[in-house]
Amino acid sequence: MKNDHHRKERDATLFHAISAYQRTTIANELACIFSRYFYSVNGSYKILISPSKMIEASVIASPILGILYYLLHAIVCLAHIWSYLIYQIQCLIISSGLLPKYQNLKLDRLQHLAVVIDSEEAKNKSKVHQLLLWLSDVGVKYVILYDIEGVMKKSNKAFQKSTATQSDTKCLDFDLNVPSIFDVFGMTVEVISYTDGKEAVAKAANYLFSKFSTNQEGTLDGLEPKFTEPDISSALKAVGHDGPEPDLLLVYGPARCHLGFPAWRMRYTEIVHMGRLSSMKFSAIVKVFYDFSKKHQNYGK
Amino acid sequence: MGVKYVTVYAFSIDNFRWDPHEVQALMDLIKAKIDQLLTEESLLKKFDARINFRGNLELLTDLVRLSAKRAMDMTVYNKGPVLSVCVAYTSTDEITHAVEASLREKRKNVQIDVCDLDRNMYTAGCVEPDIIIRTSGETRLSNFLLWQSDFTHLQNPKPYWPEFSLRHLVCAVLEYQKVHGYLKKCKGETQKNK
Repeated sequence: MKNDHHRKERDATLFHAISAYQRTTIANELACIFSRYFYSVNGSYKILISPSKMIEASVIASPILGILYYLLHAIVCLAHIWSYLIYQIQCLIISSGLLPKYQNLKLDRLQHLAVVIDSEEAKNKSKVHQLLLWLSDVGVKYVILYDIEGVMKKSNKAFQKSTATQSDTKCLDFDLNVPSIFDVFGMTVEVISYTDGKEAVAKAANYLFSKFSTNQEGTLDGLEPKFTEPDISSALKAVGHDGPEPDLLLVYGPARCHLGFPAWRMRYTEIVHMGRLSSMKFSAIVKVFYDFSKKHQNYGK
Repeated sequence: MGVKYVTVYAFSIDNFRWDPHEVQALMDLIKAKIDQLLTEESLLKKFDARINFRGNLELLTDLVRLSAKRAMDMTVYNKGPVLSVCVAYTSTDEITHAVEASLREKRKNVQIDVCDLDRNMYTAGCVEPDIIIRTSGETRLSNFLLWQSDFTHLQNPKPYWPEFSLRHLVCAVLEYQKVHGYLKKCKGETQKNK
């Protein structure tokens, strides 16, 4: 019954998508004509004509193509400015408290939250401190802080002094190559970096090798290693790199990119770009959490 | 547009949990499409494209697996764009497979490192993607290319896949161009620190 319902939902979605596709045919034609004449790669522009005519064409067309290129990007910038204005108005309305739906957030599905911060911005300790305070106010219980260079790991001890009260603090001395975990503002905070991603999986592989039987040459000659995903999870735990999979991952930085967040822990994580840490807003966090509470996942079923 | 590598997510290992009739229908469809790609009039021939099937192909039915292998053998020497179709694939399964393969070739007193795992991934030989596009506005990667997407621009346009057209692709490239410098800088600094 449940499978029938899911299948009908998928079919209805597909029908809607196909109808919409037919309506975009005219737009496709225009885009096709436009792209036939120029495309741009990494800031330089080229013309889609035969090589023999390229030199002649480039003398005449280069300035025109340059103008077209920058015009196109100007249009994209305008679209971004428009979206930004709409977003700011939404945040203003949320922070005014006019909409009751944003007042009582249901965070049952949000067990673990991850926050990826650009390493340059992670050096702004007061902003990170403020972010944790806001997350605690909203009711988050477990936060995974990640930055690629381990800036937050390195400043962890000083960071704890600035964020925790005496009764709140409970921390372990940390090695830069393993996660750092401590309690603050009633939340458990795990601080990780790039070394907790791919290098951790390599450590887990070496751990599995040491557990597997070997011959005198130290190889697995004649033995076929066969592992399951739970075996890899256990190995990661054994080498000190296990941890929960976050339900939601917020990215603070110039681009929507997870910057090497541990791949093993990100299978079905919702990834949301929040913009730069320097311009973070509490109402933006509330909006993201509200949208997350409305999400539905099939998990491939 | 000069794009050399395209990777698509056709069928996840998790999708085997669907109704068996539905799974079988999809397997038949995959086989039919593969056979169609190998005809003289197909796009693969027109663009001298190469096709690869990435994933745990042992989980596929025999007919589909044989069709896939035939398609890969027939196009292995093509010099054009490379289309990688991820079928019976999840990132976590790919990582597990890479660990197994790395252990098989491990030698005494030599530690397995990230390069060994990279070399044994299903997607070995493909460059890391610059952009991952997830259509329908969804914000998760659903176990797709998690290992390869450290410095990839993640985009989630609202249109569903059948609606996704050239103008959406042009927009995706324009969006990528805005953050290209930042992502290349991050990648360069990480490689320098290794």
